[in-house]
Formats: sequence, structure tokens, C-alpha cells
Amino acid sequence: MIAVFDWNTFWDRIFGVDGAFASALFTTIYIAVIAQILGVALGLLLAVMRTSRLRAAQWFSGLYVWVFRGTPVIVQIFFVYFGVNILFGVTVIPNSLNLGAFVLSGAAFAGILALGCNEGAYMREIIRAGIDSVDKGQLEAARSLGMTSRLAMRRVILPQAARVIVPPLGNEFNNMLKTTSLLFFIGVVELWGNAEIGYSQTFKPVEYFAAVAIWYLLLTTIWSLIQARIERRLSASDRDLGAPTLGSRIRDATSFSSRGRA
Amino acid sequence: MTELVLHAADVAKRFGSLEVLKGVSLDVTRGETVCIIGPSGSGKTTFIRCINHLEKIDGGRIEVNGQLIGYREKNGELVEDSARSIARQRTQIGMVFQRFNLFPHMTALQNVMEAPVRVLGQPKAGAETHAKSLLARVGLFEKRDVYPGKLSGGQQQRVAIARALAMKPALMLFDEPTSALDPEVIGEVLEVMAELVKDGVTMIVVTHEMGFAREAADRVVMMDDGQIIESAPPAQFFDAPTSERTKQFLSKIL
Repeated sequence: MIAVFDWNTFWDRIFGVDGAFASALFTTIYIAVIAQILGVALGLLLAVMRTSRLRAAQWFSGLYVWVFRGTPVIVQIFFVYFGVNILFGVTVIPNSLNLGAFVLSGAAFAGILALGCNEGAYMREIIRAGIDSVDKGQLEAARSLGMTSRLAMRRVILPQAARVIVPPLGNEFNNMLKTTSLLFFIGVVELWGNAEIGYSQTFKPVEYFAAVAIWYLLLTTIWSLIQARIERRLSASDRDLGAPTLGSRIRDATSFSSRGRA
Repeated sequence: MTELVLHAADVAKRFGSLEVLKGVSLDVTRGETVCIIGPSGSGKTTFIRCINHLEKIDGGRIEVNGQLIGYREKNGELVEDSARSIARQRTQIGMVFQRFNLFPHMTALQNVMEAPVRVLGQPKAGAETHAKSLLARVGLFEKRDVYPGKLSGGQQQRVAIARALAMKPALMLFDEPTSALDPEVIGEVLEVMAELVKDGVTMIVVTHEMGFAREAADRVVMMDDGQIIESAPPAQFFDAPTSERTKQFLSKIL
């Protein structure tokens, strides 16, 4: 017997948002957002360490990228969830984390940590490329005005590097939204987990998986619109420089970028 | 006795095995304008970059307003100063670059205000008033809200001069300020610099503009092969140079 596509189930999975689905959607979003923020912070730190005068800091930065880019993210997720407490002999990953009104499961906490650490390695490379893209004369001008390297970085280098960093950063977050689906392997019920559970109860794979694909598409589309807005604001001084137009940036942002992660 | 703003003694600098400066000594007094000329590769740009420690020196010493630059004395030896302390020393030395190096993400006014506000901690309102008056002084008050990308090379360089002046430096350094400009805008930048000379700003100008050196400088210094080989008031320098090398150089460019 060939199963017939059940449109009712399909539409219901898209528009009939129930409590479990809403919670799964929320889980996907907050994990992606927090992990990305963690990744950017780590990436910035690692990028600065790379330019540090301290040999050990440079060395650590390189080692970090080597390890996190060189191993599958799914291995990192499992390692953080199951391995970190054993490795350090203390409870780094608790069973659950009570944040007042909000309780974060240990698996979600481990997932954020793993995805954020993984992202840090990629963000270091992106931020590094951004910093390197700024003309050397800019740092010299800043220093000749009495700026410390820290102030020069914050006021002169990073704002200019941002124009180079933001487009790939947007693509990273697009990736992050989708990569959160791997966390179902350690029991985090996010969008994909919710669809998986539904499918296993109904044996309607096409309906459930097509619907969840559309939800991911919706999330990434909304994000690309937000990204375009951010880039337009950043390019306020660009327009005067004859830099890429908004149109070309959106085309870049929405063009296919493939990077196998899992 | 006249007040020394710059005291450079026996400054040496190497890039690897290449000796770029072989013991350069130069004193500049308050209000004086010194033009440094010489063939490319003679070390003149390296020398003024050493004055605000954009380049580390390998020997000798540099003092601005009596303060040692880039180094401090420890048991009779010179050790490199902390980054913070070097940054503080640079606030009294203004620098104008060949390629302007304005901050492209800031308007002309923001470029001029940035260091007084962020480095010296001046209140914004006061810094803005001062910045506007400086832009007026270089003839660009109307362009205060324009980003550097929309300004001509000559206008950018004038903003860069205003930016350096905003720190009220004791000494202004100009590193070939007109070399990257189109011929028709060189004049407007030199005019602004001549105004500064009249106002008594102490400045060292590395330049190929012999007309400016002759008209505006109190002293012209010729550098060749990492050394100062002639130093004299412009009339004497151009009309009766003593060294053969200077005569040869002048005959080629005049």
C-alpha cells in the first residue's frame, strides 16, 4: 500500500501550534541565540589572543581552532554532555539549572556550551579576517593620537572590521539555527526533536518532516531579513565609500553557502 | 635660552641587517619649523616615525618637552616603557600621514573629536566646539558632517591636520603630507600648513615641496643614507649648500 500524503496533518503541523511545539520552537531559538553569542565572545577573545604578545596565548588560540574545527560537532556535543564532568571530576554540567522563572535542562546547557565552543573556532577565523582587512594605517593613526591598543581596537578597528565580519556572521547564525537539531541526540526536544517524536507516534514521516523543514525555512528567512537591516545600518558610511550596495549584500547573504558540519 | 621641544641624540635604527638611521641628532625649539628633505630611502620618514615611537629605536635617545619617548631609564639603561605610558607620551605629538588615515566610519567632525573625548576624557560639548573651530581653521567647517570617503584628498588631509591639532600637541610631525595628493590640491594643504607656521606651531615636515621648505621653514635639513648631512636656514641651504651631496640633490630636483 502506498501511503497518501495527509494534507491535514501537514497543515496542522505548520499552523496548529500546540504547547509542546511552541516550547520546542522556543528551545531552538534560545539555544541558537545564546550559543551564537557565546561563539562570538569566544571568537573575539581568541582573535585577540592570537595577536597577543604572549606566546602561550597565541599557541592556545591556534590549538583551540585546530581541535574544534578538526572534530565533528556531534562528537563535541556528546563529549561535553557525557565527558566533561568525568574529565574534570566536578559537576560542570548539572542535571538542571534553575534560573528563577526558567529551568534549563542539563542537556540544553551542555548543548549551548558545545555549540558555542564550536562556533568560537569559526568566529575566530571570521573576526581575524575582519581585523586583517582594516588598513594598517588606521592602527597607526589611532596610536599616534594616544590610543591604547584596546581603545583603538574598540573604537577604530572593530567598527571597520564589522563590515567584513557581519555578512559571514549572519551565515554562521543561519547555520546555528539548523545545527541545534543535533541536540536531539542528547535529548533536547527542539524543533527537530518535536517532529521526530510526532513521527514516531504517527508514522507519517513526510508530513512531519516537510512541516518541520518549512519551520526552519521560516526561521532562517526571518533571520536573513534582520541581517539585511543590520548590514544596512552598518553601511551608513559605506554608501559614501562606494562599498557594496544593499542589494548585492542581500544577494550574497541569500546565496548558497555550504559547509558540512555534522 | 630657547625652549627645546625635540631633542634627538644619536638615534639609530635597524631593519634586520639594514641600518636605516646611523646616529641622527636634531634639536627643535618651540615655534620652529624644520623641513627634512632627501632622497627616498634616506631614512627621513623612519626618523619622524621614531619620534612618536611608531618605530622602536635601537640606539640614542629622543626627548619631547624634556620627556624621554618610548623608554625609561632603569639603572642607567634604557628599557622600553609600558604601552600605556607610551600612549600618554604620544598625546603631545601630533602626526599627519602621507595617506591621511582618517577613520572612514566617522564624519569629519567625529574624526577630530574622537581622541580628545576618548583619550583625554574631555566633555563632548567642549570637544565639539573646539573641533568645529579647528575645522573652520582648515577651511572645512561646511564639511563637518561628511564622511572621509566623500572628501577629496586635499580635504581629507586638512581634516587629518585638524584631527592632530585637536590634541593640542607640543610638536606636529608631517610625513610627506602632499605626496599622495593630486597636483591641483597640494596648494590648499600647503596653505593650511603655512598658516600653522605663522601661528607658531612647532613642526617637523618631511617633504619634497622645495617651495614650501624655502618659504615656510626656519631650517632645512638634508638627510642621506641614514644621516643628517646638512642643516641650515633655507636661504643658505638652497643658495649656498656646503656639502657636495646636497648640491647634487638640489641640482636634480630644482
